[in-house]
Amino acid sequence: MSTLDISPAKPLPPPRPPSRLRRILDSDIFWSWTQSPVAVGATVVALTLILVALFAPLIAPYDPFNPATLTLMDGFTPPASKSAFSDNWFLMGADHQARDVLSTIMYGSRVSLFVGVMATLFAIVLGMGLGLAAGYSGGMVDAVIMRIADIQLSFPAILIALLIFGVAKGILPANQQESLAIWVLILAIGLANWAQFARTVRGATMVEREKDYVAAARIMGVHPVLILFRHILPNVLGPVLVIGTIGLALAIIEEATLSFLGVGVPPTQPSLGTLIRIGQQFMFSGEWWILFFPAVTLVLLALSVNLLGDWLRDALNPKLR
Amino acid sequence: MLAFIIRRLAQSALVMLFVALIAFVIFRYVGDPISSMVGVETRLEDREIMRERLGLNDPVIVQFARFIGNALQGEFGISYRLQQPVTELILSRLPATIELAFASALIALVVGVVLGVYTALNPRGYFSSGIMAVSLIGVSLPTFLIGIGLIYLFAVELGWLPSNGRGEVVDLGWWRTGLLTESGLRSLILPAITLSLFQLTLIMRLVRAEMLEVMRTEYIRFAKARGLTRRAINFGHALKNTMIPVITITGLQLGSVIAFAIVTESVFQWPGVGSLFVTSVRDVDVPVMAAYLMFIALIFVLINLVVDLLYFVVDPRLRAGKGH
Repeated sequence: MSTLDISPAKPLPPPRPPSRLRRILDSDIFWSWTQSPVAVGATVVALTLILVALFAPLIAPYDPFNPATLTLMDGFTPPASKSAFSDNWFLMGADHQARDVLSTIMYGSRVSLFVGVMATLFAIVLGMGLGLAAGYSGGMVDAVIMRIADIQLSFPAILIALLIFGVAKGILPANQQESLAIWVLILAIGLANWAQFARTVRGATMVEREKDYVAAARIMGVHPVLILFRHILPNVLGPVLVIGTIGLALAIIEEATLSFLGVGVPPTQPSLGTLIRIGQQFMFSGEWWILFFPAVTLVLLALSVNLLGDWLRDALNPKLR
Repeated sequence: MLAFIIRRLAQSALVMLFVALIAFVIFRYVGDPISSMVGVETRLEDREIMRERLGLNDPVIVQFARFIGNALQGEFGISYRLQQPVTELILSRLPATIELAFASALIALVVGVVLGVYTALNPRGYFSSGIMAVSLIGVSLPTFLIGIGLIYLFAVELGWLPSNGRGEVVDLGWWRTGLLTESGLRSLILPAITLSLFQLTLIMRLVRAEMLEVMRTEYIRFAKARGLTRRAINFGHALKNTMIPVITITGLQLGSVIAFAIVTESVFQWPGVGSLFVTSVRDVDVPVMAAYLMFIALIFVLINLVVDLLYFVVDPRLRAGKGH
């Protein structure tokens, strides 16, 4: 077809800078989001769970961690039924301590999400810093950082997180262990996952470093630290966003695993993993709901975040367009 | 060739030295070794004498050298919790873990290859897309939930298989095996499946991708043009050429299977090194933690070394001196 046949389909819109919302709605990413039912579904599920977790104290039907509000006789009430001893009604049943399972899940996903997000942020900051330093400076710094990352990546993250947790437990005084457990957990999971980010950022940085705009900035005498953070950093953020999303799903699963193994958050502040650990004890005696609902919540949370990460990877990959 | 092997060995030694340094720092500085050995009523002077006798007052570098010397002889001290030599503890629990790891690697390899070949040969079928979707969900499920689900289905609801332990074991003197008794084999099924699922999906996807790639090559088209049977093309030519990367990955993954066994062993109360490690972390049993770290690192380094050397044997290009 010759070029002469092409006429503009529509008259051009008036030259007015589009608003920020308009720019987001017009972007390729948003368009590809609307085209993927999986991504839309995953977003809805993930957002619902996050909102429920955020507003747990406001919307939870019971206050499960306040012993004063619990009636022990309500224990083991099956789902969607009224307790035989009081007027309390439980949508997802009550556990052995008469806590409403739905409310413990709401508070539990709060802890799970908090640990997951903080640990991922920590891993991103650490990995990105070391990756930028390694990729930009090269030489010895690069070799040392990447060797350590290689060694660490050859071990499963859960092993490293367990080890760090054990070490921290040995160092901290016994009376502070409970109150600091969440932060220790964040540290352990974050340290177990930084290497992935460092490797990706280093690769991207080595590509960006050779480009002309960096050379121009260097010739203009911009300080290397400023070049790194103001010029290179924004250009390596795309891949970080992708592995960050998948990393969040991994961190949530790792936290649940550690808590399930009994080395995670203290029982006074249960996460989804702790709830599953508790529920597992009642699996053989028939009180399935104590285990089932927290497990389903964890699966939905991990799966929806994971699917979002998968979609994001494809959407940001120009080769797949 | 010799230079390559020497360089590779030196790299492995360096990695082990680095891991040993971490293990030493954990071993020496987490908790006080003396307090864990003696009671509360021991006098300070006695503690100081003991400290001197155990060499805890020596320069750090001397202590590190001694730690490595001991480690080379398989000596990691006494477990705080169980009051037994750590090496003995790990060795007594090793057979359980190795049997579990090999059983699950076998399942992963066989089922993974079969499903991978099937989905590659029928890429548009309903069954294939079903498998691919399930595998995606399988990857994002935490291992311990899969284990609990299997226990619930096969042990609680159906009552077919035992839910924990190793069943009856036969003592062969240096190896306690569960493979020779019926209850031992039955106990192995659920944990082995749980542990294999992750590797299984990995192998399946790998076989599928490699197979799709190979089916597009010239020599497969030529084989079709020659009028060979489907079976001869699919299995004699295509599958054979996809197996090299698959075997490599399976070999490399064997180390992670042993490490991933931590979770599976805890779910099924399998008496292996993984559950030993989890209890030692919970109770801050430092010698066991340090020894387990060294042990896992040794397995990883050995497997990587063997795979690299095998490449060297298999791939003539590396021998020409371009190997790194």
